[in-house]
Amino acid sequence: MKGFLLSFRSEFYKTRKTLGFWSAILLPLLITLLAFAIFYTKSEKFVMMQPIMLWIQFTMISLGMMGSLLLPMYTIFVAYSVNNVEHKADTWKTLFSLPISRWSVYAAKFLYAVFLIFLCLALFTVLTIGFGNLLSLLKPELKFNNYHMELQLMQVYFKLFLSALGILSIQFLLSLLWKDFLKPMGVGFVATIVGVIAASKNWEYSYAFPYSHPMVALSSMIHKQKGPAKDLVIDVFTKDVFVSLGISAVVFVIGYFIVQKRSVK
Amino acid sequence: MVIRTENLSFSFGSQQVVKSLSLQVPEGCIYGFLGPNGAGKTTTIKMLLNLLQTEEGSIYIFEQELQKNRIKILSQIGSLIEQPAIYHHLTGKENLLNRAMLLQVNEDRVDEMLKLVKLSNAANKKAGQYSLGMKQRLGIALALLNDPKLLILDEPTNGLDPNGIIEIRELLMRLVKEHQKTVFISSHLLGEIERMATHVGIINNGEMLFQGSIKDLESISQPQIYIETDNSVDAANLLKRNGYEVSDINNQSLFVPFVSKQQMGEVNALLNQHSIMVFSISKQHKDLENLFLSITQNTQSS
Repeated sequence: MKGFLLSFRSEFYKTRKTLGFWSAILLPLLITLLAFAIFYTKSEKFVMMQPIMLWIQFTMISLGMMGSLLLPMYTIFVAYSVNNVEHKADTWKTLFSLPISRWSVYAAKFLYAVFLIFLCLALFTVLTIGFGNLLSLLKPELKFNNYHMELQLMQVYFKLFLSALGILSIQFLLSLLWKDFLKPMGVGFVATIVGVIAASKNWEYSYAFPYSHPMVALSSMIHKQKGPAKDLVIDVFTKDVFVSLGISAVVFVIGYFIVQKRSVK
Repeated sequence: MVIRTENLSFSFGSQQVVKSLSLQVPEGCIYGFLGPNGAGKTTTIKMLLNLLQTEEGSIYIFEQELQKNRIKILSQIGSLIEQPAIYHHLTGKENLLNRAMLLQVNEDRVDEMLKLVKLSNAANKKAGQYSLGMKQRLGIALALLNDPKLLILDEPTNGLDPNGIIEIRELLMRLVKEHQKTVFISSHLLGEIERMATHVGIINNGEMLFQGSIKDLESISQPQIYIETDNSVDAANLLKRNGYEVSDINNQSLFVPFVSKQQMGEVNALLNQHSIMVFSISKQHKDLENLFLSITQNTQSS
């Protein structure tokens, strides 16, 4: 456990000055800022909206982008960047000759990538809520303060986080094994396009394909209920999320055995 | 023995790169692991660090089996394999701080190491901007950070200028003498190893050709006097008439086995007295290739 914590801290220390880490902060900041700017400058277009619709419109700017292409691409990038730090510096051999178990080194690296995705999506939640409330102060005519959906936002982003873990585990393994940038990126990009097409065409098995998960997660989140909806109810644990979690657990363990058996170049 | 291997073998696919190697590295020595490029040195070193899984044979470090005591053994080893592994986007000091964190070493040690390898002035410069020699020195600082009992260095003087080579050599000799460390160092340069090693192992095509103390090696790798004259044939005949052995001759030069500096002077004088113009005369060590030849000849004749 100690070896794991040391490795995890070291992962942060190594990457804290790289784009891999800062993208987790910059991406949500830029996109929510964009949503904020749209609502701020074009506020007259939104004045007539119900507070609930206002929040949904506001959130969907970020959610729409993340849910389709951006989250899979960002996940691919994170998986690449945490591994590339070692490929570039030729440091796998030193990592695996530390007096720390291979399991700790491997698990720390994977969970650090998971942490980066979590951080990114958590910031989306916080910044969306923050900018929404800021808008209600700056533009009181927009009735942001008349409705609250903090809980639903947290649920939606948490669901997106879980739905990205399948992609992350696969891309993590590919980036670990392949030194060059193009292979994992190329595979990831093609798979993402296929995933987006499958999900947008409502292919019946898209819940089983990890690269479709972020998009499927959004379409499966609305709780189906009879009668008119009084409130938004979010389904977090749907079939696709379980598949994503299952894939990530299996690939994570397989990856460990590959790392264990594989010679360190 | 600090390192002891028994019948260590390794293959990449069908190509066997290490063949039943039995290393014997005593405590407090500088063990020079000598062999040409591609002889299996780095593969052996990677097995010693458990980076490659051994297929056959066993490795004992500090008299403990490596696989079963991996973490305990690795905590007492410092290593530098091939190019130093350095994060280019971090400064030299940050590279050391990162490793200090992983090894749970006091941060004071970082400044000490920077001073030791003379990088204090460049401590806050990005390691990517370091020269090759500075990177190599940082690599050595990283290897020494946890004050290991055993240092395993793979070609540590690669890419260093002559000054850098001397500094590293003196540092290693000091570590062994004053701090009772054991150093296992690989090289493809015989001259390099001869200057500092107390023990030598010579490997070629994955096989150990020779292992023993440096004294044993000297009796095999007899140095030669290289003589360049205006007429090698006349010079050779003259030397032979005067009781010198001529070990090799070609159009430009000839070789006589080296005995002493005195003898070298006498040879020079003799040639001069008989009006043979000497362009140059110097003591030369056998290169690895010739050394291999004499080792294999030795084993065949005995």
